[in-house]
Amino acid sequence: MRESFVNAPFAALSADRGGRWFLYLLLGTAVIVPLLNGLPGTESALHLSNYTMNLVGKYMTYAMLAIAVDLIWGYCGILSLGHGAFFALGGYAMGMYLMRQIGTRGVYGDPVLPDFMIFLNWKELPWFWHGFQSFGYAVLMILLVPGTLALVFGFLAFRSRVSGVYLSIITQALTYALMLAFFRNDMGFGGNNGFTDFKDILGFSLQAPGTRALLFVATALGLGSSYLLCRTVVSSRAGRVIEAIRDAESRARFLGYRVESYKLWVFVLSAIIAGVAGALYVPQVGIINPGEFSPANSIEIVIWVAIGGRGTLYGAVVGAFLVNFAKTYFTGALPSFWLYALGALFIGVTLFLPHGVVGAISRRAKRRAPGALHE
Amino acid sequence: MSEPGAAKSLMLSLEDVTVSFDGFRALNALTLYIEAGELRCIIGPNGAGKTTMMDVITGKTRPDQGSAWFGKSTDLLQLTEPEIAQAGIGRKFQKPTVFENQSVFANLELAMSGAKTVWKWLRARPTPQQLDRIDAVLATIGLSTLRGQRAGALSHGQKQWLEIGMLLIQEPQLLLVDEPVAGMTPQEIERTAELLVSLAGKHTLVVVEHDMEFVRSIAKTVTVLHEGSVLAQGDMNFIQADAKVKQVYLGE
Repeated sequence: MRESFVNAPFAALSADRGGRWFLYLLLGTAVIVPLLNGLPGTESALHLSNYTMNLVGKYMTYAMLAIAVDLIWGYCGILSLGHGAFFALGGYAMGMYLMRQIGTRGVYGDPVLPDFMIFLNWKELPWFWHGFQSFGYAVLMILLVPGTLALVFGFLAFRSRVSGVYLSIITQALTYALMLAFFRNDMGFGGNNGFTDFKDILGFSLQAPGTRALLFVATALGLGSSYLLCRTVVSSRAGRVIEAIRDAESRARFLGYRVESYKLWVFVLSAIIAGVAGALYVPQVGIINPGEFSPANSIEIVIWVAIGGRGTLYGAVVGAFLVNFAKTYFTGALPSFWLYALGALFIGVTLFLPHGVVGAISRRAKRRAPGALHE
Repeated sequence: MSEPGAAKSLMLSLEDVTVSFDGFRALNALTLYIEAGELRCIIGPNGAGKTTMMDVITGKTRPDQGSAWFGKSTDLLQLTEPEIAQAGIGRKFQKPTVFENQSVFANLELAMSGAKTVWKWLRARPTPQQLDRIDAVLATIGLSTLRGQRAGALSHGQKQWLEIGMLLIQEPQLLLVDEPVAGMTPQEIERTAELLVSLAGKHTLVVVEHDMEFVRSIAKTVTVLHEGSVLAQGDMNFIQADAKVKQVYLGE
């Protein structure tokens, strides 16, 4: 029997109970949240505020990012502490498109140059800004820029057999270097202010409720397809090689697998998913600046995955939602307390729930049904 | 150094191989010939260069000088580790390294020779012949009834056999086996000896081992390494009678 690429995702899902639950829940969210935001009047008890919808949308892009990290860390053992860089690059590519859409509505009213360039007294558009007036081109860049960076970086790192802690450190250095570069005004990306004051996307106003609802649905779609894509990859035959590399890299190499190319391939895929997540993030939060490249951001992603449970994919989603919900709550209620809470959470999970939240739940479920030990 | 008999074909020729680490000569002009179908045991005290020799053959370490040929036409020094594995040299590590999170069957499937590049592997499905081959290897290593078991749950001896099975399924011409019986029970050692002896002839085996009883039970020819080169070579009785060997290795 030969599975086609079309039904492979469904075959992968049939053995993935947690994943099916997650996708049903996601489908429900994608339908109900925009409906509750749009239909009931603002006084109705059922009404969901723009703020809440926006927040859930933002969490969903974080969840996508967490899935991307889980794919390489949980399944291939590559601990990237720089994945925020790919997210931010995707975000910047989307931001450039949105900036070009502002046109004459900017403060200085220049039809071509974004405000910050006028402010810097630039006379013409830098070459790398050309093309970004087209949405199709921007989408291409959203995929290409993070993908190419991952390809070049991964090629050099994996070919030199940089792995473990050393790889983690150079990924940190990568995102830190990008942060410093993007902070500079003469890089042409708006310096420390980044991009903001976006007006519309594909001709629809970003402030309009309909656009926001559609963005929300698009994000849910992005999250769902990233999940399916990663699930298909990890349950494919290549997925087994990837896990084999994680568990015994030199054995896989002696068996004749080109470990470097498997790692590179997963790393690039992961970077592209992170880039798309960033691109969906920017129009919803309305701003992108070099802070997104901050090394601390990238470390936080890893904490989401660890807390949710690595190597499950849906655990990454659970972790991203849990931690960010807690973050939103604490930074509002007890701002000075948040970083301590995050640290305590991370230590607590590492000590008491080594397989994360979903790992603890599924272990308990298995203990209750001893017959279900074998998958 | 006399030339080996030209009648039998050589499987492996190491000539004048030297490897230094920070001034320490792990291999010192080592010259060693292995004939096709042979079961050769390599012994030697710690630091004699046994593992370094394996590393040179599998491409993990590049020698400072010397040559390493596989068969007549394959220059091992020109190939990468995966290429050497594809060319037909399998290596069993000292510690059992199997893929613990996958089933015994999946371990063998992963090890099967064939397309190993990302795209080909992603699209390929095992053919009926390949499935038969996995069954045959499972029978050889005595793990037929445990095919669905997670490899991590196997006993130490079973893991070693599974790893040997993973090498066999690639149908290598040359098998390098590093301390196969370390930590095994006497029964397991006996089974391992039977397994290795049954493989010789069809495959060429190079076994590095410390357990003298075990070496005596399987080997026709034993090579003693000392300080990175060959100290003595011959059958076990000859080796044990050799004065130099007694001095450096058998501790007398």
